[in-house]
Amino acid sequence: MLELAIGIILAGCAIGAGLALIAGIGPGIGEGNAVSKACEAIGRQPESKGAVTSTMIMGCAIAETTGLYGLVVGILLIFVAPNSFVQILMNNLPK
Amino acid sequence: MTKEKKNKLIDIALLVMMILPFVLCMVLKVLTTPASEGIAISGALIYFEIPMPLMPLYITEVQVTSLAVIISITALCLYLTHGIKVIPDSKRQLVAEYIVEKVNFLIKDNMGSRYMAFAPFIAAIMGISAFSSLSALLGLFPPTSDMNIVAGWGILVFIIITHYKLKGGLFPYVKGFFEPIPVFAPFNIIGEISTPVSMSFRHYGNVLSGVVISTLVGSALGGLSEMLLGWLPGFLGDIPFLRVGIPAVLSVYFDLFSGLMQAFIFAMLTMLYIATGFPEEEYEKRQAKKKKKALSAAQ
Repeated sequence: MLELAIGIILAGCAIGAGLALIAGIGPGIGEGNAVSKACEAIGRQPESKGAVTSTMIMGCAIAETTGLYGLVVGILLIFVAPNSFVQILMNNLPK
Repeated sequence: MTKEKKNKLIDIALLVMMILPFVLCMVLKVLTTPASEGIAISGALIYFEIPMPLMPLYITEVQVTSLAVIISITALCLYLTHGIKVIPDSKRQLVAEYIVEKVNFLIKDNMGSRYMAFAPFIAAIMGISAFSSLSALLGLFPPTSDMNIVAGWGILVFIIITHYKLKGGLFPYVKGFFEPIPVFAPFNIIGEISTPVSMSFRHYGNVLSGVVISTLVGSALGGLSEMLLGWLPGFLGDIPFLRVGIPAVLSVYFDLFSGLMQAFIFAMLTMLYIATGFPEEEYEKRQAKKKKKALSAAQ
């Protein structure tokens, strides 16, 4: 019974980590958009390349934030959560 | 002892002070890392703990490394500005002037000339963030991949932002939460709290993802080289040859580019938040009122 419970905990953590990384889709699309627009802008006005590039990288890094939230949650679920959940289970075992 | 010789001695001492902390950190890490099988992704090593009333205060690798970073940056600044003259004749003075000029230009460009006093603070944040992230190149645990350090910076910046928002008086600050309509108040408060959270998580997540990916690639290459080159005789079979050099290529992106980028972005966001949060009109009105009051009191 205990094995089953721990197995469910591990499976839940792994599935949750996988689901959390779906958050990577948004920043991917967003950064792609930003870069394509920056390329267009540079094509139209090659002399403004420096300003456009630095603004684009800045915007990309900010757009990345939501993806990084997902990443942090995923990492926590894989490396930190199983241990603490199993600990909670062990502490609450019926005597 | 002549003056030149003395200057040279001071230079050497500063250079040693710049490099020695990192060397000591590496030695400490090598000596205290427990032998383990393969590569483990874990938090910072805990060196010792100080008993405190609520919970023990852990002194970890992160604190030690960030202290080394601080000492190293201090020595670097002293080295760059040692023996400066009105007419520069050494390369390092030119470097120092270049850095100061760049930071001043950045502040003027992004915040306006009113905020020139912020230049040292912004440069300090940028420097400590960049050095902390780059310490991963030496094999140390980068302090920025520990949430505590970055959260500390985030809270510090948040306090400064709030201080500058309060410069226009308490009433406009509170009123700002009920705009455009009072129903928005909870969202505005959440947005306000999310400023330090998002700033610190962005920095932390970027550096941490680099560390995790480098570790995973390192362990994968170790396994691969054991599979391919394990037949070599003697101790040669135990050395993971593929792990030499190849992970450094990834390091260029994940440690160098990402670390410097995040330092720049953290400083940039600090500047933007402070500059946009400062209520200029209210501040001016308040200053004028204060001046009037002082004048009438003097008469």
